[in-house]
Amino acid sequence: MNQAAILGLLKSAARIVLTVTMTFLGLLLVTFLIGRVVPIDPVLAAVGDRAPAEVYERTRLELGLDKPLWQQFWLYIAKVFQGDFGHSVLTSNPVIADIARVFPATLELATVATLMGVALGIPAGVMAAVHQGRWQDQLVRVLGLMGYSIPVFWLGLMGLLLFYAKLGLVAGPGRQGVAFDDLITPITGVILLDSALQGEWEVFQDAFSHVILPASVLGYFSLAYISRMTRSFMIEQLRQEYVVTARVKGLSERRVVWRHALGNVMVPLLTVIALSYANLLEGSVLTETVFAWPGLGQYITNSLLSADMNAVLGGTIMVGIVFIGINMLTDILYRLVDPRAR
Amino acid sequence: MFDSISIGRRAALFAGVAVAALGFAGPLAAQTPKDTIVMAKQIDDIISMDPGESFEFSGSEAVTNMYDRLIRFDLTDVSKLYGSLAESWSVAADGKTYTFKLKSGLKFHSGNPLTAEDAAYSLQRAVAINKSPGFILTQFGFTKDNMKDRIKATDAHTLTIIVEKPFAPTFFYYCLTATVASVVDSKLVKQNEKDGDYGNAWLKANSAGSGPYKLVSWKANESYTMQANESWFRGKPASKRIVVRHVAEPASQRLLLEKGDVDYARNLNKDQLEGIKKNANIQIEQGRKGAILYLGLNQKNEKLAKPEIREALKWLTDYDAIEANIVRGRFVPHQSFLPQGFLGATTDRPYKYDLAKAKALLAKAGLADGFSVTMDTRNNAPIIDIAQAIQAQWAKAGVKLEIIPGDGKQTLTKYRARNHDIYIGQWGPDYQDPHTNAETFAMNEDNTDNAKSKTLAWRNAWNIPDMTKKTAALVLEQDAKKREAGYQEIQREHQKTSPFVIMFQEIEVVAHNKNVDGFILGPSFDNNFYYNIAKK
Repeated sequence: MNQAAILGLLKSAARIVLTVTMTFLGLLLVTFLIGRVVPIDPVLAAVGDRAPAEVYERTRLELGLDKPLWQQFWLYIAKVFQGDFGHSVLTSNPVIADIARVFPATLELATVATLMGVALGIPAGVMAAVHQGRWQDQLVRVLGLMGYSIPVFWLGLMGLLLFYAKLGLVAGPGRQGVAFDDLITPITGVILLDSALQGEWEVFQDAFSHVILPASVLGYFSLAYISRMTRSFMIEQLRQEYVVTARVKGLSERRVVWRHALGNVMVPLLTVIALSYANLLEGSVLTETVFAWPGLGQYITNSLLSADMNAVLGGTIMVGIVFIGINMLTDILYRLVDPRAR
Repeated sequence: MFDSISIGRRAALFAGVAVAALGFAGPLAAQTPKDTIVMAKQIDDIISMDPGESFEFSGSEAVTNMYDRLIRFDLTDVSKLYGSLAESWSVAADGKTYTFKLKSGLKFHSGNPLTAEDAAYSLQRAVAINKSPGFILTQFGFTKDNMKDRIKATDAHTLTIIVEKPFAPTFFYYCLTATVASVVDSKLVKQNEKDGDYGNAWLKANSAGSGPYKLVSWKANESYTMQANESWFRGKPASKRIVVRHVAEPASQRLLLEKGDVDYARNLNKDQLEGIKKNANIQIEQGRKGAILYLGLNQKNEKLAKPEIREALKWLTDYDAIEANIVRGRFVPHQSFLPQGFLGATTDRPYKYDLAKAKALLAKAGLADGFSVTMDTRNNAPIIDIAQAIQAQWAKAGVKLEIIPGDGKQTLTKYRARNHDIYIGQWGPDYQDPHTNAETFAMNEDNTDNAKSKTLAWRNAWNIPDMTKKTAALVLEQDAKKREAGYQEIQREHQKTSPFVIMFQEIEVVAHNKNVDGFILGPSFDNNFYYNIAKK
């Protein structure tokens, strides 16, 4: 590689780093300001309502709340650059340790949910497009509408009542049965993955029976979204001339629909899937509450309601990383499915 | 034109996979293991397992099952004290020097012997770290500088404590029954000390006690697990393992309980309790707790500052209707600031719903047509429901109540800054002595905005120099009978004049499966014990 090429590469790498840094700084600044303007006293979370005045005052100073806002923010950023994200006031753990515990729970749930949404949503969308205006289309439309409009809280509780309490098909709230607690060494924190890696299939089965219902509830919403989008993309493609050409050439309908038309909507569809996956990875407070799922959504929400800013900012950075990561992953996948992007 | 068979095949394939997955998803163990007790509970309030720091309801309950204290009170008759680690105790004639004799042969979980040195160290470290519950000890005059002189082990079995003033002995004893006075394993804690923190960082998530259980793990907002201490000095605990899982949603708790996946559900609401009564496999137990549910009327508001208005609002609240329709099973009617179970608590209930009387008082105050006022209300059951009921009741006399809903910490922040009109909330006692509530409800040493002591009386800007003096005098009253009578007198005066509409006392309700029993529900959360719980 010549010098110019290396320089160019460095330049573009520097540009990416700069953009990412600025994005994060902006994100943190806005979150920080929101956290400081909500009328909640952050000291309360640390010492409770009943602490005497001197303990309260000492804690306020320890948290650095006597300093001007810009200085508090600056101190926080300076620490972050040294890799110190501070401690959460609510859990008294380092924020990094907390996120390393709650994020895998959310990752597990969101991934299973997205897989279900994709596996069922795309075929449903294709079927609706192919049978446009017929009962199959109406069915998918109604299912999709329900997915958008039923409150997740209600759906979760009804799901528990039916599949857990009445039918006994799946396990109840929580990530694991009590008998399976601490049986495997956490590697990634994603129990399905860890248990599979360690060959602990009973733990895997237990974890699977716990994740399947909350994932179905979340997956239903991504199914609704993905099937609607697939349908409209496909309808557009099926009107194209190349489809007519393919049919004229005598290709089987299956091949026309599943290979040619679907192949051509893969790029916009990837964006839809990535967006819905990223949304789920932020954590879903209500689903996590109903299913006692110790995930990122509850963590960030609880922290925000206590003005526990270290935790909120740490969570925000995590969500930012997820979005940037998924964007990059989508870019790579584009290149795989679309030869023109290579 | 369309190969529908292939779509059909695909659908069949999907259905097949889905059915297979469901079969695989089947839950493995329906019942919890025999020697393990599992509870579903809201435990997101825990910030520490350090007895010198823990001050939240759930944290105190956990800590109390891992540590012992010098003395405790009888759970059925709180006025009786008994020695737990201490064999005997006495106070000298000066009223300031206390001597505790410890039992012999006591041991910590680690195997280290438990001596008077440990007891002295434990109290000293609580004073030194001075976290939220630290004042329970420091109010007796201990500071970081004098604690080594005033709290001393004179030999392996004797602990001597010198308090600043001749306080009422019962006051000091009851404060020693609090969580903050738990005895920690000084050797083990010192080994885990970091930067002079008295082991605080380590003790947050580890235990160093002598109690019936030791901590295996605590995962914030997720669960805590305890293992039995088989050689506990009061006998081996009935079950080997206690697992408490954080389940925020009461409806989910109910499902887990009825399905047998948990043995205890700890936070069921009125709706779930009524639903669960039909289930023959579930039993419900109740225990009176110390929390008081009340309205605080800010005296900075000119209208609320009129004595007639304060009294009118007390007659205008329909306590019985709220009890019957909203809080039955979770609260009982109660109208004085000392909860039942405390020395000197009165059970008088002078107020009931009386519209005519209330209207007459409003007219006397020159507000015959009523007035408008706001109430800061936390946005959860049953508080918001009670607020709505009060809104409807007060409206009958023309009092227009505007409810301002908010999250817990948000309304509390406003209340603490005295920016409210009316606040509806709960107050739980800090320790088992009447002074805890008397101080907060009936003392206000300085009514200015920058006061040092910010009691509930201060939060409502209630200026009461006389009552403050009377209440303060009672902590020095040596005669227990006179002390009791003094508190009763203050409560009666308080009921008449205070800006507090005291409505209810909390009851804790625990639902459990029929095959499990033995949970001891004490009068405070740090007197809920696990050691008798066993499966039949």
